[in-house]
Amino acid sequence: MSDITKQSLTELVENIKNKKLSSTDVTKAFIQRSEKSSELNAYITDDFTSALDKAKKFDQNPNLDLKLPGIPMAVKDLFCTKNVKTTAGSKILNNFVPTYESTVTENIWNEGAILLGKLNCDEFAMGSSNETSHFGNVQNPIDKNLVPGGSSGGSASAVAGQLTPITIGTDTGGSIRQPASFTGIVGLKPTYGSCSRYGIVAFASSLDQAGPMAQNVKDCALLQEVISTYDPKDSTSINFKRNHYSKELTKNIKGKKIGIPKEYRVDGMPKEIEDLWQKGIQYVKDCGAEPIDISLPHTSYALPTYYIVAPAEASSNLARYDGVKYGYRAKGENLIDMYEKTRSEGFGAEVQRRIMIGTYVLSSGYYDAYYLKAQKVRKLIKNDFDKAYKKVDAILTPSTPSSAFKIGEKTNDPVSMYLNDIFTVPVNLAGLPGISIPAGHDTKGYPLGLQIIGKAFDEQNILNIAFAMEEKINFKNKITDWWIK
Amino acid sequence: MSIDLKTIKHISKLSRISVDEKRAEKLADDLNSIFEFIEKLNELKTDDVKPLTSIAETTLKFRSDVIKSKNIREQIIKNSPEDNEDYFVVPKVIE
Repeated sequence: MSDITKQSLTELVENIKNKKLSSTDVTKAFIQRSEKSSELNAYITDDFTSALDKAKKFDQNPNLDLKLPGIPMAVKDLFCTKNVKTTAGSKILNNFVPTYESTVTENIWNEGAILLGKLNCDEFAMGSSNETSHFGNVQNPIDKNLVPGGSSGGSASAVAGQLTPITIGTDTGGSIRQPASFTGIVGLKPTYGSCSRYGIVAFASSLDQAGPMAQNVKDCALLQEVISTYDPKDSTSINFKRNHYSKELTKNIKGKKIGIPKEYRVDGMPKEIEDLWQKGIQYVKDCGAEPIDISLPHTSYALPTYYIVAPAEASSNLARYDGVKYGYRAKGENLIDMYEKTRSEGFGAEVQRRIMIGTYVLSSGYYDAYYLKAQKVRKLIKNDFDKAYKKVDAILTPSTPSSAFKIGEKTNDPVSMYLNDIFTVPVNLAGLPGISIPAGHDTKGYPLGLQIIGKAFDEQNILNIAFAMEEKINFKNKITDWWIK
Repeated sequence: MSIDLKTIKHISKLSRISVDEKRAEKLADDLNSIFEFIEKLNELKTDDVKPLTSIAETTLKFRSDVIKSKNIREQIIKNSPEDNEDYFVVPKVIE
């Protein structure tokens, strides 16, 4: 079987279970392709030697009842992996080796998967293009010099480029869905509280969620089933009845009511995005579901709200990086000087900017005007969704206001970079699940995604809608392997 | 509203991030354009709105205070930039 890396996760699992392939075959194939793909810069750290050992060990006594039997998988470098360097894309953590494993990755290894390595991302997941990483930008497999999106840019690039059969990213304001859309893959941001945050390097704790990034909806459902568990180690983890997402997956969405929010038709949105959305509405009808016009009146306030709440939480979470117990340390004349130089040299420009915004909005005299105000508007944004869900079962929107842009195109203008997340941020603020599926190409041939937003804990429903639409869309990613050496 | 260099210096102090003059000017420009964008929230009247402080509407659970990690002292110390066997070392604090 020569085309191992072209197979979906579901196919690989089946082939390993039927003993047509061994874990060693599969692991070798992905390692070889990853080694030829250094130009994408998708990896920060590889763990290939150890992965191959684990695969051989798996094959000696294979447990084929597991959900991910002997499947190699690279993960975003924001997940702490025991004894494997975890950097969060930052200089300040460039030599940090965790002594513990994140719950989400532990769930994955417990189901038989094998760590291939750690994938590049924006520094502390702050970015929409993977250009803020201390370890360099990532190339989009779709086209040279195109960003893969961010912050899970290495993850998106690795799945689209077939360096890993599937992966996990994290999504605070769109960091799974936007890169999935830019690279022509599927990405799910689960409901807040669905996947444990334990062992994920924290960015904005009330918004962060881990989720799968996959070649197709079925693979995505299977990984979601593995990573979504109640975890007492995360105090905001929620104990609810979780579905067997892949087993219960169905294309029957007849009679489902799908909301089309008029506020997502933003000024200056390219015609091809509007056209894609209209096509999506037609697919919804073709699947027997019913599109319904709805209003989410506070949509345009979501980004300004996000840029108060997320930096505020980040400034607090990132206070721990002081150069004392782990990570990078600069020389200083005294303790305070050491702190200030460590953080000045250890954090990149975007992270410093966000810490400063956060510190400012939380500082004495400004808290009410900014932070409290943002929390109130956040409530209004959530109320919009609550009201809409009295009438509809899910909501359909474009994933992003444009296709992938060029490397360097938006780095000098933070606000234009932030606008990328205009359709994804409201979902995080309201704690809802959202999935991006590839749905077409723009005139340049770059992929475009559609987003389906669900009710809280209704991942099964949006996966079903995505599954039904995926068949109608019949998207083919245009990957030419231009980077392969 | 405009964020001046003095404010930038103040925030950099609070954030424990040293910033030189050149960076301070760039930061002032960036923060001003970001806050201009954030000011949009003032269009909304929110006097009667209850702030959303937590998305998961549950009370936080307590868990018992038990040590689960054992014998990781050495590994933890190994991650420190400077140590003296069993201690983290920092620049002199007391004269």
